[in-house]
Amino acid sequence: MGITIYLLTFAVLLVGLYIVVAKKNIIKIIVGVLIIDYAVNLLLVLVGYRSDGVAPILSPGQTAADLAETGVDPLPQAMVLTSIVIGLGITALMVSMAIRLHQKYGTFDMNRIRKLRG
Amino acid sequence: MGVEHFIVALILFMLIAALIAAETRDLLSAVICIGAAGFALSVIDLLLGAPDLAITQVVVEVIALVLLVRVVLRREDTSTTDARDALRTGAVLLAGGVLLVVTFVAVGGTGADGTIPAFGAATFANPDEALPSPVSSDYLAKGPAETGAANIVMAILLDYRAYDTLGEATVIFVSILGVYVILRQVGRRKQEPVL
Repeated sequence: MGITIYLLTFAVLLVGLYIVVAKKNIIKIIVGVLIIDYAVNLLLVLVGYRSDGVAPILSPGQTAADLAETGVDPLPQAMVLTSIVIGLGITALMVSMAIRLHQKYGTFDMNRIRKLRG
Repeated sequence: MGVEHFIVALILFMLIAALIAAETRDLLSAVICIGAAGFALSVIDLLLGAPDLAITQVVVEVIALVLLVRVVLRREDTSTTDARDALRTGAVLLAGGVLLVVTFVAVGGTGADGTIPAFGAATFANPDEALPSPVSSDYLAKGPAETGAANIVMAILLDYRAYDTLGEATVIFVSILGVYVILRQVGRRKQEPVL
């Protein structure tokens, strides 16, 4: 069961890669980058999981030693939290570039944008 | 019926949403599919014991979805001319994926001596006495006493690794600056008369 989860995550990543490489529409490419982002974040969180693990948050009646015994790995979560927010920044940049290209060329299609040049 | 089955079902949902986003002709449908995948990811985070990630993922997902829908709406360009060599690219990527999977399994896959620890195994448990204890177990065991924070993820983010968070804030600031510079309307202002 465990390796199935990892392989499915790889499959999601490959679908995103396929979109980025094969599609010619800028919005599609942005969607592909987002899918790759999701797959990598998911893979990191999956590696940090432990069976029947609890969230690394100290609840009442629980000591830090209990948490060390049952908690999931908090380090990948902290890193992925940073990664998610940075992903939003990247998305905003890509979207603004797409808006600009559409203003200038009137299309999202990379083939037509290339043809229109010069 | 463990939580693993539910996670597998949700990742399958993400995979199907990604495939529909790849192949649909309507850009709005593609954007909505990516939204569905993002919310599924949020539920997976919740199941994996990462409520902070689930909340952040929902917020980021809504903002990204609004941005993308805003771009797609009112811009009448749904002509997704398929690339001529889309089929060939797909075949090459599929072959690459098979190669990746075979390599992954051949070098041990998941497990104690594999490349990735097995799903559900604690990555930081059972430290060798001779080695220093893994940093994650120290965070869990000593975090509440050292930082006073009940949420260990936030203790790492804002205390142990605060410089990382400072860097993250810098990246966000620079990206906002970049969006402003790209979307700024230049050259429309009337020029000052030169004396």
